[in-house]
Amino acid sequence: MRNALEKIGDQVLYLLEMAGRMGLFLLTCLKCVLLPPYKMRPVLSQIQFIGARSIFVILFTGAFTGMVLGLQGYYTLRKFGSEGLLGSAVALSLIRELGPVLTALMVIGRAGSAITAEIGIMRNSEQIDALECMAIDPCTYLMKPKFVAAILSIPLLTAIFDVVGIWGGWLVGVQLLGVNDGAYFQGMYASVIWKDIEMGLVKSLVFALLVVWIASARGYFLHLEREGGFGAEGVSRTTTRAVVMASVTVLVWDYLISAIML
Amino acid sequence: MNGNTGKKTLPEVAIELQGVVKTFGRQRVLDGIDLKVMAGQTTVIVGASGQGKSVILKHMLGLVRPDEGRVLVFGQDLSTISRKELNEIRMNFGVLFQNAALFDSMTVFDNVALPLRERTRKSDAEIRSLVDEKLKLMDLFGSESKYPAQLSGGMRKRVGLARALVLDPKVVFFDEPTTGLDAHKSNEIYRLFYQTQQQLGYTAVIVSHDVPKIFKLSDHVALLAQGQIQGCMPPEQFQLSDNPLIREYVETTMGPIYSSEKEEPGLHETV
Ligand SMILES: Nc1ncnc2c1ncn2[C@@H]1O[C@H](COP(=O)(O)OP(=O)(O)OP(=O)(O)O)[C@@H](O)[C@H]1O
Ligand SMILES: [Mg+2]
Repeated sequence: MRNALEKIGDQVLYLLEMAGRMGLFLLTCLKCVLLPPYKMRPVLSQIQFIGARSIFVILFTGAFTGMVLGLQGYYTLRKFGSEGLLGSAVALSLIRELGPVLTALMVIGRAGSAITAEIGIMRNSEQIDALECMAIDPCTYLMKPKFVAAILSIPLLTAIFDVVGIWGGWLVGVQLLGVNDGAYFQGMYASVIWKDIEMGLVKSLVFALLVVWIASARGYFLHLEREGGFGAEGVSRTTTRAVVMASVTVLVWDYLISAIML
Repeated sequence: MNGNTGKKTLPEVAIELQGVVKTFGRQRVLDGIDLKVMAGQTTVIVGASGQGKSVILKHMLGLVRPDEGRVLVFGQDLSTISRKELNEIRMNFGVLFQNAALFDSMTVFDNVALPLRERTRKSDAEIRSLVDEKLKLMDLFGSESKYPAQLSGGMRKRVGLARALVLDPKVVFFDEPTTGLDAHKSNEIYRLFYQTQQQLGYTAVIVSHDVPKIFKLSDHVALLAQGQIQGCMPPEQFQLSDNPLIREYVETTMGPIYSSEKEEPGLHETV
């Protein structure tokens, strides 16, 4: 009994400690992002990695998400005889929910896991210690370009996702199922207001921050992992955990932001 | 140069460890380390493998916090100063890690150039010539576009050395700088250390197993055994010390390689 309590207490303490560390890490990184030096080259190469190389996946998932929305929306709306609302239904669900969430999840899978693994390996092989000993701040040198790149590219990727998705819905709804072309876009123009776009934007910005933060912090604190972040297995285990943690956090925050902004 | 000779006559303490205790889990690695590293001189730390020499270096670098005791660098307690002050101290450091800790996704050239790029405002051309010079010194010319994974162990060490020396540091920390190098190369490196030390008058802390060669380079030798420094003294004195642990160390590392058959019967039977 005593033992079990001790273990629980231990675990709670560990979690609190980790949460505190990650919180401080976030603050330090945000400070680095705001303060000089502002170097373009590393940021560009990270935008290339996090943003540009994700475009294909985003186009693909965006198109299919829009298409399935068109399909499902059509059969649901037809029951009420209001197929004309398809355009607004597709656009609203994409802009407010699916665009930001699915983009974030795709980026977590593509770039987030890579960030955790990269930083984790650098931690494991003392490369981060080496940076510190050279008086090069790892937050400025390693994290800053990733943070800036994520904050810039994830909202853009989300926008691409939304647009492609709307055209995917159009393809299925209008071209395949015969919804009126004018009604599709007219309904969309009429029902999407600035507030919806704002919500999508806020979400994608918050998700961008959550994704880089969790991915890089888990890598950065690899050596403090409970079950040991040692070697190849430690890196792979931590990467998996970071992906799960980032995905869950994104979904939780999705609900919170919706609840606050609606 | 004058400052250098001045320092030699009036040595000040650059780094001081006071009663440093460090435990990892249940293992008490450092059990009250007292050590003074004199400015402008070379201090060599020797000791058997796994005794905690690298851990001592990490304390001096501020990478590991002591459980008890203090680490003073230029008179400042590392555990009480801010990150910024710590970074200012580290600006003077050149560090070679035991595993070299090269940036494995950068080429040799970029590895050596990194401190110059991040810490100075030198132009690309200046950086190129400085890096080339250091690579030439380390006999690495022609490998600058290779990645660390494509190098031999000894080459990695030398890249690490080039990187540590590229900013002409005031204090250098070398963790086994010549392990894995052939006798010729390690002699070259020792000569280089000696020359640069004469020129720049830097403070050096070197961990090495290369006894007795390393003694020629050292102003002080410290033996780490049983979690404590068993005396830090000039090499001549070290070899004659009557501390039993130092005696044992000197005898095992500098004594005859093969014992006679009389002492250890059976040693030669299997050969
Ligand atoms: N981060 C760590 N966690 C747990 N134990 C550690 C850690 N770092 C070092 N140790 C332990 O401390 C002891 C001393 O290690 P250290 O690397 O300092 O040895 P060393 O004297 O440098 O040996 P060598 O000459 O082989 O390099 C070892 O027993 C090692 O297992
Ligand atoms: Mg060592």
